[in-house]
Amino acid sequence: MNAIEIRGLTKYYGKSRGIIDLNMTVLEGEFFGFIGPNGAGKSTTIRTLLGLIHSTEGSAKIFGMDIVKNKNEILAETGYLPSEALFYHGMRVKDVIRFSAELRHKNCRKEADRLCERFNLDPSKKIEELSFGNRKKVAIVCALQHRPKLCILDEPTGGLDPLMQREFFSVLKERHKDGATIFLSSHVLSEIQHNCSRAAIIREGKIIACDKVEALSQTNAKRVHIRGDIDISSLDHVKDIKTADHDISFLYGGDINQLIGLLSKFPVEDLSVSEPDLEEIFMHYYMEGGEAK
Amino acid sequence: MTMIRHELKMNRISFIVWTCSISFLLIICIFLFPEMKGEMDSVSDLFASMGSFTEAFGMDKVNFGTLSGFYAVECGNIMGLGGAFFAAMLAVSALSKEEKEHTAEFLLTHPKSRFSIITEKLIAVMIQILLLNMIAWALGIASIAIIGEEIPMKEITLMHGAYLFLQLELAGICFGLSAFLRKGSIGIGLGVAIILYFCNIIANISDSASFLNKITPFGYADGAQIVSEGSLDILLIALGLIYGVVGIIIGYIKYIKKDIQ
Repeated sequence: MNAIEIRGLTKYYGKSRGIIDLNMTVLEGEFFGFIGPNGAGKSTTIRTLLGLIHSTEGSAKIFGMDIVKNKNEILAETGYLPSEALFYHGMRVKDVIRFSAELRHKNCRKEADRLCERFNLDPSKKIEELSFGNRKKVAIVCALQHRPKLCILDEPTGGLDPLMQREFFSVLKERHKDGATIFLSSHVLSEIQHNCSRAAIIREGKIIACDKVEALSQTNAKRVHIRGDIDISSLDHVKDIKTADHDISFLYGGDINQLIGLLSKFPVEDLSVSEPDLEEIFMHYYMEGGEAK
Repeated sequence: MTMIRHELKMNRISFIVWTCSISFLLIICIFLFPEMKGEMDSVSDLFASMGSFTEAFGMDKVNFGTLSGFYAVECGNIMGLGGAFFAAMLAVSALSKEEKEHTAEFLLTHPKSRFSIITEKLIAVMIQILLLNMIAWALGIASIAIIGEEIPMKEITLMHGAYLFLQLELAGICFGLSAFLRKGSIGIGLGVAIILYFCNIIANISDSASFLNKITPFGYADGAQIVSEGSLDILLIALGLIYGVVGIIIGYIKYIKKDIQ
């Protein structure tokens, strides 16, 4: 069964573009990454799925249920972590967590206590006393305390220190192991690369690539590092050139024999050719400005 | 019930401050009556000779020397205006505050329909208005009993009933506005209350503007007129409540379809 199924989803804010003709499927039990820079349409997609905004065209289903007709049933099975966590002033952490559970008509006290302990969150603190990172922890507890079947996470690690980020992903992996579907929206590519099995890349409101993370990383382009006095100006299909002293590094998407032929004319001290990481691939897709290969 | 409890809890300080302030002023006014009663003949003559100002505040219709006449003008203004401000502020921020304070995203991603959220917020607004009015009415009656005056129960209850309808109507209109607003809601709520208050004053001064009484809830909540006629203008109240209900319905329609920022 598909956890998320998006068909031709389009959202315009007046004349401004939000998302255009989005098509995407996330399988149940998948750890899915959603990558794109700010303003690409990640949050618009999520907010449409959650019913905060209404689509201009298209449809989407979560666990086979229509996002408009079955919004409450969907939200009962979903835990949402927003990129910016804001709560009611004057309330204490425990009150916010309890209020969230009451809105779900569930008693989640045990799980909430367990999560607070894991994230070192003091439930007696007032919301206005919390730092951005600690407010994020409250949002994490609210999103996960009812053990949702689907976790929708929008830039989840912003504000969390590295230890807490590790703890957060460890909790997510446990939930994933227990069968939950994780939809992780982020522009931190290492988060996607280390945790997700599949990912979609969104650019200017459109999905430009959607595949397994390994497959996305395997493009024609290679990262080439050379030490020595080399002139690569005659070489085609070169991108993202970085130079330092005698070192030159670039993404090369052309014929490898042409590269070898050129290098044979120069005194090369050292050479390495490697698969680019997801970050470089991401830049490749963005600079390419076209469809996935 | 969760939302109602939450709303009442979040508004408790504002509710206590407004209820205490209005009740305190009401009690002070009533406690001043015995001292002023002896001088009321001359005060009534003075107030009756102030031309348009006299008509504007309905002081030509009542005798200041009686407790009900005094209550209608002095306490009526406190209850009418104070209650209207409270109802307008409360209702106009009911829905808009979620977006203004960026809590809408948290609230609306829980499995609770927007319809039931609106309904529970509306009920919370109504409960607070009812409570404030009941407390003010009870303290008003108790204060009259303390100063040893005979309690004009019918007039006072009619006046308080009219103030309650006024606040409910205003709350309905402002609740509808709340669905459209994201920022500056309180200023708009107070603005609506003040405009409607002045509509009544203008309608009292000029015959050609008397139609304004059909628009403003202050028209049927004119204490002086209620005391002089001994009854409420049911037609105007019904019209007012229709305005309020229309405001609420528009609020529902807008908020259910609204894109939350």
